[in-house]
Amino acid sequence: MSLEQHRPDRTPAPIEDPGLPEHTWRPTDVDEAKARRAERQVAGLFVFSMLCTVLFVVAYFTISIGDDWETFGGLGASTLALGLTFGGALLGIGVGIIQWARKLMADNEIVEMRHPAASSAEDREATLDALDQGLQESGIARRPLIRNTLIGAVGLLGIPAVVGLRDLGPLPGDKLFSTIWEEGMLLARDVVGTPIRPSDMEIGDLINGQPIALFETDEEGEPIYEGEDLLVNKAKASIVIVRMDPEDNNPAPGAENWAVDGILCFSKICTHVGCPINLYARKTHHLLCPCHQSTFDLSDGAKVVFGPAARPLPQLPLGVNEDGYLVARSDFREPVGPSFWERG
Amino acid sequence: MRFLNRSAGRLTRGRRGPLAGLVVLLLGLLMTGGLYAAFAPAQADSEAVADDELVAEGRELFLVGCAFCHGQNGEGIETSDGQQLGPTLIGVGAAAVDFQVGTGRMPLAAPGQQGPAKKQAYSDEERLALAAYVQSLGPGPAIPTEDDWSLEGLTDEQREEAVVRGGQIFLTNCTACHNFAGSGGAMPEGGYAPNVRETSEVHVYEALLTGPGQMPSFSEGNLSQTEKRDVIAYLNSIDEAPEYGGFGLGSFGPVVDGAVTWIVGIGFLVGFCVWIAAHTTRTDRKKKGEVTT
Repeated sequence: MSLEQHRPDRTPAPIEDPGLPEHTWRPTDVDEAKARRAERQVAGLFVFSMLCTVLFVVAYFTISIGDDWETFGGLGASTLALGLTFGGALLGIGVGIIQWARKLMADNEIVEMRHPAASSAEDREATLDALDQGLQESGIARRPLIRNTLIGAVGLLGIPAVVGLRDLGPLPGDKLFSTIWEEGMLLARDVVGTPIRPSDMEIGDLINGQPIALFETDEEGEPIYEGEDLLVNKAKASIVIVRMDPEDNNPAPGAENWAVDGILCFSKICTHVGCPINLYARKTHHLLCPCHQSTFDLSDGAKVVFGPAARPLPQLPLGVNEDGYLVARSDFREPVGPSFWERG
Repeated sequence: MRFLNRSAGRLTRGRRGPLAGLVVLLLGLLMTGGLYAAFAPAQADSEAVADDELVAEGRELFLVGCAFCHGQNGEGIETSDGQQLGPTLIGVGAAAVDFQVGTGRMPLAAPGQQGPAKKQAYSDEERLALAAYVQSLGPGPAIPTEDDWSLEGLTDEQREEAVVRGGQIFLTNCTACHNFAGSGGAMPEGGYAPNVRETSEVHVYEALLTGPGQMPSFSEGNLSQTEKRDVIAYLNSIDEAPEYGGFGLGSFGPVVDGAVTWIVGIGFLVGFCVWIAAHTTRTDRKKKGEVTT
């Protein structure tokens, strides 16, 4: 098929098609000795791959991992041997195939001419005719009862997919609106679970905290919160406690007396998508979320000063109980964590 | 009567031995001397004198090297536009000086976002003199000693417990900035959290105590001495832990691992392919029977 047949309307090219350059042969095409040598090379590479595979199995069973994890330049003997032998096995096959293709397989230049992507006019006409004929023969236009019931049947198939969404539930109810913080709940250090006195903290201190209930046990010595219950409540109730010069603190309206001598307590859960945050810069009082760089100014009611978060971190009103420990004066006054539909 | 019996008396004298008196005398002298050494006011005086000398030496060094930014009495200096040239050093304590000077962060070469750790500019004695002077300005945390973080005297089981607890404390309090393996990381406004595995034990302890720069402090009321000790034990355990996976690449996490795999690993393979494609030999010779044009 020549170019002219495909593009009859095309104007003649200003320069004549020079055609392909003269074909030159590879040494292996014209010299039988070189071809045999290339054959041996390819076979040698495949044998090298086999050898590596065998060595891999040998190394797997003979070299122990154990304490010798830095035998060769910081790498373990086992790691190194397994990597090199398995890598060699794959490389041998790959390089062998390339060598085979380049030295011995057929060496012809093949030209594939470009042609229009559309089908020919006859093909298109025939297809439309076939469709028309099908519609005629099915009689769908003459029998609306069949057409309408088919539409109804297919349309109803969408309902099971919608009904199945119910299994995503049950709905969280009011769980997202409250945490286990309550009036008089002691603030505790995370991990160790000890209560905190205001005098324990110096200006510039940061404590990652939890409600003490997460560390308490009932009369039988069993933890009050366990398993998933513990994780869910911990995820919602986590706090950061910082102490700053009371003069630096510029509380949000309504939160003027929520601090104790410059000790402030905020939810640790970012209001953007809920990452725990405690990258605290003590001089600027900025708390930075590592996920998307939302930055909250804790000296300014945890106002968002940078990043995608939309709301300040909820603040926990603090007080001191009769034993001199820091306690919450209530739960958070607003839901913690990321925004959600029903939050309004 | 036995009490007045001379032979019985002689027997007692004999039992006492001829050197007994001398021993009692020596013991008495030793006790007096020891008590004197322990409680004598002269001793305290000489210590105070030594301290005073140290403080005076520290003050001289301070006036030359630190006062330009921190003020002649360590009160801090504010520039006319409200910026702080150097913060006040009253109450920061000897530990802060030992950290800042010992890690070479102070004296600062030039004002900037964060002073980099470098070679210590002062001698060890000069550093201690500076620390003594700053401590004399106002009470602050003292320089911790090895007893504060040493695991000496603990059983293997207790050591393991300390490492586990230290790991939990580290992951809760430190990982956000310093990375899960203590490798450090980037911070806002051009700052960075340094690598804590390369930081000596005393400097880690002092940094926790004093909170250098933007780092919040973890004073003794916040994290107790035992908890700080456990954190240091955990950091040491990371250093000793075997790296079965080969090169750690700084333990920075998946970003570095991926970058090295893609750039070095796949880059090498791409280069190999290019090398293969660029090397093709052709010959002028013709196949048998082919006509030369």
